[in-house]
Amino acid sequence: MIEVKDLHKAFGEVKAVDGVTFTARDGEITGLLGPNGAGKTTTLRMLYTLMKPDSGHVLVDGIDAATDPVAVRRVLGVLPDARGLYKRLTARENIDYFARLHGIETPRMHSRREALADALEMRDILDRRTEGFSQGQRVKTAIARALVHDPRNIILDEPTNGLDVMSTRSMRAFLKSIKSEGRCVLLSSHIMQEVAALCDRIVVIAHGRVVAEGSAEELRQRTGKASLEDAFVDIIGSNEGLAA
Amino acid sequence: MKAAFTVFLKEVRENLRDRRTVFNTFVTGPLMAPLIFVLMLHTVINQQLEKAEKPLPVPVVGAQYAPNLIEALKQEGMDAKPAIANPEAAVRNQDANVVLRIPPDFAKSWNKGEPAQVELIYDQSQRDSSSDEERLEGMLKTYSQRGAALRLVARGLSPAISQPIVVAQRDQSTPQSRAGILFAILPYFFILGAFIGGMALAIDTTAGERERQSLEPLFANPAPRWQILAGKLGATCLFSLATVFLSILAFSQVGHFLPSDKIGMVLELGVRFTLTVLVAMLPLVVLLAGLQTLVAAFAKSYREAQTYLSLLMFVPAIPTLLLSVLPFKAKLWMYAIPVVGQQTTILRMMRGESVPMMALGVCVASTAVAALIVCAITARIYRSEKLAISA
Repeated sequence: MIEVKDLHKAFGEVKAVDGVTFTARDGEITGLLGPNGAGKTTTLRMLYTLMKPDSGHVLVDGIDAATDPVAVRRVLGVLPDARGLYKRLTARENIDYFARLHGIETPRMHSRREALADALEMRDILDRRTEGFSQGQRVKTAIARALVHDPRNIILDEPTNGLDVMSTRSMRAFLKSIKSEGRCVLLSSHIMQEVAALCDRIVVIAHGRVVAEGSAEELRQRTGKASLEDAFVDIIGSNEGLAA
Repeated sequence: MKAAFTVFLKEVRENLRDRRTVFNTFVTGPLMAPLIFVLMLHTVINQQLEKAEKPLPVPVVGAQYAPNLIEALKQEGMDAKPAIANPEAAVRNQDANVVLRIPPDFAKSWNKGEPAQVELIYDQSQRDSSSDEERLEGMLKTYSQRGAALRLVARGLSPAISQPIVVAQRDQSTPQSRAGILFAILPYFFILGAFIGGMALAIDTTAGERERQSLEPLFANPAPRWQILAGKLGATCLFSLATVFLSILAFSQVGHFLPSDKIGMVLELGVRFTLTVLVAMLPLVVLLAGLQTLVAAFAKSYREAQTYLSLLMFVPAIPTLLLSVLPFKAKLWMYAIPVVGQQTTILRMMRGESVPMMALGVCVASTAVAALIVCAITARIYRSEKLAISA
């Protein structure tokens, strides 16, 4: 479970995150939806302890990120916006590297990696150097790398960014399957359709603040709009920065 | 420390797959300097040796005024060439290295027993011209001294009267130390080797990662940042050390390619040299790796980091130039300055002198302390939030 309480983060004059509070529960997919520049990535970066909030709390499975950031990172699996694969290593070596950094012993590492390779349908690229991978292959490898240590909580920043239709559908199926394993999945997106199709709960962020929270149904009822798209536009106040 | 070791292994393996890095570290770095050096020396030495044995071509103006002198000079090895119209212009245009001009009243002065002047026209700033002039002047002096001795004897005096003081030179230089003068720029190449060997990795593990945006996922792992840095620094040091070691090995073979017996100099770079230099260079390798990583961490791209580090490469050149140009006596405080201490050590080892254990110890200790400080500062920078985020 991921709990975020009143986070603030400013970069000089710019208030990137200006009071964000929400909770992502186990066995659910929670979506952070908002236009570009809303503060989604900055919020996520504070969750996986890349940045420290100016004020507010982050609790992952009850562990406070301010007091024990290393423990938080141990129970988190992260797919940042920057996939950042190592070009001269094979997909397998990329995955193993991160597994070792998590301290996974070799036999467990093997079994986890093979299981993920099957789930993500990436057997054919496992022993290829990641240089020259397509967008879809890169995301698969990055996800395998992020999940090899079997984390209970998973954060994905724009997971379907740049993927074609088939890969997007596979990604959705995969995320639904890991959710059904009881994990807490938190993803961010500026693509309304994605969030609508995938998420059990939606947290709408704009200008660094949470402007609405609830399931897709609840948001439609709140704004009295028939379609989700109109509901979103209504909540955010303009359709600038949103993609259909 | 397990995370540091994991990072270390991965960086080493990944960079061994980069052909350019491997080539630079194991071939270009170690071999470039010794090869160029041997070639340069060989050419210069052979050039000088050739000239010393060959006849010296000199255009002579007014040869008809001093036939005996010209004959004697020919015996000494001068090859008298026909007169030319404008000696000064010829020398300036480098058509002739040195021109001998004998005035018409030469015979008159000589027969009267007065000093008879001859002119040597040459260009001191041209190396060929000044060395030819020296040879000719030597020949003229020999002839002049013989003439002086004959004149004294003719007057019933012993030539020894004109030599109240005889100077006996007792040169303390050994063939080894004479070789040391030639190789005064050698220490810089060792340090340059250490620099080049680790440069690719220092850039790759900071600015390169930032450009490829691979630091963010890396830092999402539970491994503490200082351990990640330690692994990367370790890999940088390993490559740098490999270059230094190969560089020393390459140089230790250099002595075999020199015609040392012809010039009376010996270059002995044996086991003692290798071990002493390795020990002295070890902490410097760490210091340089840390410095390079620190500087590269401020760069926003691979290119920018390369620019910064290329500038940094010239800093150790300053003490090298000073040491090679100014006469110096190795004092203890010199060993206490990193880079300078290593260069002093290498220079002394090349001259065949031994370096006192305490001096070596001071050198190693002070460089190690500097290395620790730099690494600590780098660790601090590595904790910054902006490091992983590309511009």
